[in-house]
Amino acid sequence: MTSSPLATYHPDQRALALIGGEATDANLRRYLHGIPGIDAVGLEARAADLGTRSIKTSSKRWAIDTIIGLIDLTTLEGADTPGKVRSLVAKALMPDPGDPGCPRVAAVCVYGDMVGTAVTALGSAHAAGSTEGISVAAVATAFPSGRASLGVKLADVRDSVAAGADEIDMVIDRGAFLAGRFGQVYDEIVAVKDACRRADGSMAHLKVILETGELNTYDNVRRASWLAILAGGDFIKTSTGKVAPAATLPVTLSMLEVVRDWHRLTGVQIGVKPAGGIRTSKDAIKYLVTVAETVGEEWLVPSLFRFGASSLLNDVLLQRQKMTTGHYSGPDYVTID
Amino acid sequence: MNRLAIPKTYKLYIGGKFPRSESGRVYEVLSHKGEFLANAAKGSRKDARDAVLAARTALGGWAGATAYNRGQVLYRIAELLEGRRAQFIDEIMSCEGLSAAAASAQIDEAIDRWVWYAGWADKYVQVAGNANPVSGPFFNLSVPEPTGVVAIIAPQDAESLLGLVSAIAPALVAGNTVVVVANELAPLSAISLGEVLATSDVPGGVVNIVTGSPAEIAPWLASHADVNALDLVGAGGLDWVELQINAADTLKRVLPPETGADAAAPALSRILAFTELKTVWHTKAIL
Repeated sequence: MTSSPLATYHPDQRALALIGGEATDANLRRYLHGIPGIDAVGLEARAADLGTRSIKTSSKRWAIDTIIGLIDLTTLEGADTPGKVRSLVAKALMPDPGDPGCPRVAAVCVYGDMVGTAVTALGSAHAAGSTEGISVAAVATAFPSGRASLGVKLADVRDSVAAGADEIDMVIDRGAFLAGRFGQVYDEIVAVKDACRRADGSMAHLKVILETGELNTYDNVRRASWLAILAGGDFIKTSTGKVAPAATLPVTLSMLEVVRDWHRLTGVQIGVKPAGGIRTSKDAIKYLVTVAETVGEEWLVPSLFRFGASSLLNDVLLQRQKMTTGHYSGPDYVTID
Repeated sequence: MNRLAIPKTYKLYIGGKFPRSESGRVYEVLSHKGEFLANAAKGSRKDARDAVLAARTALGGWAGATAYNRGQVLYRIAELLEGRRAQFIDEIMSCEGLSAAAASAQIDEAIDRWVWYAGWADKYVQVAGNANPVSGPFFNLSVPEPTGVVAIIAPQDAESLLGLVSAIAPALVAGNTVVVVANELAPLSAISLGEVLATSDVPGGVVNIVTGSPAEIAPWLASHADVNALDLVGAGGLDWVELQINAADTLKRVLPPETGADAAAPALSRILAFTELKTVWHTKAIL
């Protein structure tokens, strides 16, 4: 599968070789519009079918612990305070204080100015580039609208990286994308990726938010996914959570298919992060099934799949308590967030 | 040519909607002569869980409504029951084998109890609350507030509609929301009551009716951590001591089973059983 000549290219050259020239609007349009269209009915039927799998008993137990370990625990409100971020971090470290065996979440996701607070609150539990511990993800580039000049966006990113963010969640310029200015979107992602470089030369992980709720069609989602991966995104993320509809199963499935195709083409594994609108364990389990069936179970690790969610964790904890105690639990038994 | 009658499938009433049981099960409801009357949904523990969730969601709005408004909404139910007398009489006669006069008397009594309890909505606080005398310049007020989500096992032997009304109405008066397991053998009037509630002003989720086996569902409600109180009025035939023990694990208020003709007889104590007394101190202003 990885015997394609593309796999032998240097990552920087790979995209250009695939596009067949420089990343101009014309070249990108020719490439992206050459991608086969999506059968929307088929995609939705496939997603609905994957959502009917029955996951029970020990499989459910495994699924619930896996979901917790894949959550980017998120607070992205204008009313966020350092205190709110500290309590979020406390919850990330010990989601269920009544059960020390409960796994930790993958990361906390905050606005750029809260990164320092999150890093301090995590202390020795901060992943800081290692695979152990909890990462700090920062939304940047004028999140959630992305309506700012490139200089401001890059400063936003550098600021978060300097404050200790391990992951940067950027938004693409949907206006430019929908207007067909693919080159501009591409160049922006490349520039943001470059701004993710730390002083010591290591890189913060870059998640590219497509905001699929504003892209209107599955074909656009697929094109935007290709564009983000070609430009060097480490993760593609569905939504900011500020626009409805946020993550849906069919949209995530179509993005996973792009990730699968890219892996076949180059051997490189790209991550996927559905965000927004996933509130129940039942929904989250559907996503696990979709990932396992589309790209494979090896994707069910924090470096390749995340849930962007705030209220999901509580529902998963209630399910976990039900499985542990044998009776239904209630919202009085998890923290308010 | 004879017309083929279309029998009705009675579904659950959860969150203001009429879903089938999540389990897909139904059971046959028989007349007192043993003839097939209808299929009713056989609720499962997950239906009970969904009902508790709906009741929890509805609690804020119902408990937060003014007492006067709650009274009006409850009174409106009595008005609608009056308009559906014929249907209820028919169901009670076929299910319980009562005469038309006895069935009519039962619905009369059920409507009168709704009205009696509806009247208490903006009055029970005056009776149960108090301005306490304290040795200082403070107002000290005790006020009853709703306990929360109340799970009820409806009377299983008594008259089906009257028993159900007698059990749920007092819990609703104070602003509790209710999950009730209906009379297993005579569930038809319970679901018809659900249809009345759905077309009344009661917000969805305030009353949730699950039909099926109380023996199967009650233990899940008794142990459910998000249920605040348990009315075992119709649980006399179950292992209700075990249910009480389960309920104690999460500190629920519990009412014991009652049997006989005057089970769940109308009383202020039934309203107050599912209230919590809150006492507040407030300084007396000098100016």
